[in-house]
Amino acid sequence: MADIGVMGEGARSAPLSLRDKRTPLRTWAGLAPFLLFALLFMILPAGMLLIGSFQDPQGRFTFVNLAHLLRPNILHSYLLTIEVSLVTAVGGGIFGFLLAYAVTLGGMPPGIRGFIVTFSGVASNFAGVPLAFAFIATLGRVGLVTTLLKSLLGISLYDSGFNLYSFWGLSFTYLYFQLPLMVLIIAPALDGMRREWREASENLGARSVQYWRHIALPILLPSLLSSVVLLFGNAFGAYATAYALTGGFINLVPIQIGAQIRGDVLHDPNLGYALALGMVVVMTLTILGYTVLQRRASRFTRS
Amino acid sequence: MSTTMTARSFAAPGAAARRRKGWSSLWLVLGGLYFFLPLLATFLFSLHGKKGALSFIAYAHVFRDPEFLHTFSFSLEMAVVTIAAGLALMIPTAIWVNLRLPRARALIEVFALLPFVIPPIVLVFGLIRMYSRPPVMLVTSPVLLIAGYVVLSFPYIFRSVDAGLRAIDLRVLTEAAQSLGARWSTTLFRVVLPNIRVSVLSAAFLTFSIVVGELTLAVMLAWPAFGPYMALVGRDLAYEPAALAVISFLLTWGSLAVIQLASRGGRGQGPTAGGVH
Repeated sequence: MADIGVMGEGARSAPLSLRDKRTPLRTWAGLAPFLLFALLFMILPAGMLLIGSFQDPQGRFTFVNLAHLLRPNILHSYLLTIEVSLVTAVGGGIFGFLLAYAVTLGGMPPGIRGFIVTFSGVASNFAGVPLAFAFIATLGRVGLVTTLLKSLLGISLYDSGFNLYSFWGLSFTYLYFQLPLMVLIIAPALDGMRREWREASENLGARSVQYWRHIALPILLPSLLSSVVLLFGNAFGAYATAYALTGGFINLVPIQIGAQIRGDVLHDPNLGYALALGMVVVMTLTILGYTVLQRRASRFTRS
Repeated sequence: MSTTMTARSFAAPGAAARRRKGWSSLWLVLGGLYFFLPLLATFLFSLHGKKGALSFIAYAHVFRDPEFLHTFSFSLEMAVVTIAAGLALMIPTAIWVNLRLPRARALIEVFALLPFVIPPIVLVFGLIRMYSRPPVMLVTSPVLLIAGYVVLSFPYIFRSVDAGLRAIDLRVLTEAAQSLGARWSTTLFRVVLPNIRVSVLSAAFLTFSIVVGELTLAVMLAWPAFGPYMALVGRDLAYEPAALAVISFLLTWGSLAVIQLASRGGRGQGPTAGGVH
């Protein structure tokens, strides 16, 4: 980290005075291809949804679409999406943190750490349709674990209320990419925890609980919160996993938008735009929260 | 004995470390179970295609299905074009930001991170709305799908390439090349790119693992890609989807293993976290 900062500074100071004064516009033109592409295929399309969500089918200005977001079934889908995201962000956050703790500070052999980090890289990318299939093969109605539990232990998962295609099943499946993502983003923060801090607190007579309560958690809190916020956003935008797992029969906002695009229901594109706008608003708040918290976190982890 | 005092004060931290190790082992075992049980179960489940015996018949079905080859090669093509287009767009941009316009870094970073704010389902909705009517009708052209994939890969390619560029002394390298008479293209292809090849490689494989199984854009733009094909198989069959899941996992594992192996040799390793779900 440190040498990159130094290099960046050195690179900045010398040449600016030579080049930038002469042709500022031509220098900016070097970024034109990327900015133009981003404008055409990201900003403008998203902007048109924004405009569309304030228009009626005839193109007149209206707040009706936004008001329709308060309809019970749409409000419900927002709440459900937020619930799934919250549960998997907090759950993945806690268990991911514990796992990352185990492999960074827990006194495990270093080989295990490398393996878990590599595996987390793979697992956080293993999502969408194949992930849904894996969980159906494991915990679906005829899944291997479901049938084994029944034949070996006599436990019937589905009779006792579990259902993979419902809220908890979906959340349990999302954890498969949430947990490893947490491991990947929190491990560096845990690496920044100095052994001396614990030793100093132990020498002063602190118990483990006191060390965590007064030293470790306050230092880690911004990192933990920002990671959980990122996990929230990660689950909030997910479409493929939910679609493949439930066949589109769960009332999440991305699923609703998908149905709007395909024209399955209602045929009210402007309401669809408003749904999309709502998602972007939630995601923007999420990323802003992440950025602010991350900035606070870097105060400690940089040192 | 007078050793009781010292024994006590030494025993406490030792016990704490042991307890820490005990807890760590517990979390490791639980995490391992959660990660490996589904993989193992999926693999075993995929072997049940023939009644009463374990067999690879589900895999045979998958590989013999002409649709599998068709859709997979389509997605492969899309991935290759996406990687080429994404790198062609991002590498010059990242070099420019690092070399000439550090002031624009924040702007480019925001743009490169925007795909996290705009979920794929929203992105494709916007693309369809904008390009399904005059003046530009692109909705039936693969250009739109690829453009969407390039947008999805922005964050991964930019962060990876940028990390690579910051790890080398870009200014000294380019100035040395130019003072020796190299043209821009020579500097780019023979000096800069070889120095950040690990980052470029990891960006490429990350993009590959995102695009090949991607569902949202492909299904909404109605392309016969691998993601929609898998979803369709999952709707009709029982054991073949499990086989497909195992194949996909191996693909993801393979592409990330290449990144890991390559980055062991060089500096400037890219981030491998996250994907498109």
